[in-house]
Amino acid sequence: MSGLVEVMNLTKVYDKNKLALDQMNLTIPRGKIIGLLGPNGSGKTTLIKLVNGLLVATKGQILINGRPPGPESKSCVSYLPERTYFQNSMKVKELIAFFADFYRDFHIEKAKQMLANLRISEDAQLKTLSKGTKEKVQLIMVMSRQAQLYILDEPIAGVDPAARDYILRTIISNYNENATVLISTHLITDIEKVLDEVIFIRDGRVVLQDTVENIREQKGKSVDSYFREVFAC
Amino acid sequence: MAWNLDSDRPIYAQILEEIQLRIIAGQYQPGGKIPSVREFAAEAGVNPNTMQKALSELERYGLVMAQRTSGRVVTEDMEMIKEIRSKLAREQILAFIDKMKKLGFNKEEIVAMVAQTGGEA
Repeated sequence: MSGLVEVMNLTKVYDKNKLALDQMNLTIPRGKIIGLLGPNGSGKTTLIKLVNGLLVATKGQILINGRPPGPESKSCVSYLPERTYFQNSMKVKELIAFFADFYRDFHIEKAKQMLANLRISEDAQLKTLSKGTKEKVQLIMVMSRQAQLYILDEPIAGVDPAARDYILRTIISNYNENATVLISTHLITDIEKVLDEVIFIRDGRVVLQDTVENIREQKGKSVDSYFREVFAC
Repeated sequence: MAWNLDSDRPIYAQILEEIQLRIIAGQYQPGGKIPSVREFAAEAGVNPNTMQKALSELERYGLVMAQRTSGRVVTEDMEMIKEIRSKLAREQILAFIDKMKKLGFNKEEIVAMVAQTGGEA
């Protein structure tokens, strides 16, 4: 079976001269938890937005399940953007209803359970929640879908360490064996034990794609240390 | 997270050691059920595929066995558990002797010191 996502010769140029992705080639396999790692401005979010069909490629192609991004891919990709986009006047329970209405694969019970675990009230209005709690709510919504691909753009940056652990556990115990989770982050130490594979990108190109265990075995160091070496300034 | 894992060694080898240690220490009894891959992965905070690999390896050793219906159980072969226990003890002793030699002690001195300190402990 081919990869879940195939990226071929993908190039994205902003404003005619800012090269964000440079003929990138990449295969994202099924059933893996994958870290998308790279320094600021390396093209992580651009790649993610292209996979989600939120940007149009300058050149090259992306295939998800063999098809370009569109309504079909959106129905099987669950995406956590780096910023929250919810209506602040909404209550948590209205948000649940909204998601349930919008996505056929949304599990209401799962969302309610996770909210209860993190002691977030369904009656709370989003504008009354802290930034970190809002991020938790958003992640819960995204992980409550039964998707084939979860794309999480910086999911743990704004939350405290205890919630970070809970979120990582949620990812481990919720994803099914055929689904892939793609996590973009700078916080490698917190996350590397959870990953199957890492993809290092720099200047819009893939510089490395390997398993965490291979890196540890061959380099004798953590992915975090190796990242610091590869991307030393 | 819950399990203390070194950052510079393969994760799979470390979780394998941890589970082995728990079996030898009797935390999981001979013939008793051990947690599922998913439960173990969530508890340790590691990737489920990595946990799967470690458990498959323990299965290959024969220390745990897959049950046809569900999950895995610890072997009832007490000899095997004893053997692994002795093997781990030997590794610890060799590592200790190595460190003592680096501190400049010879074999006789080390043995004498162990006897003395062991007597006090």
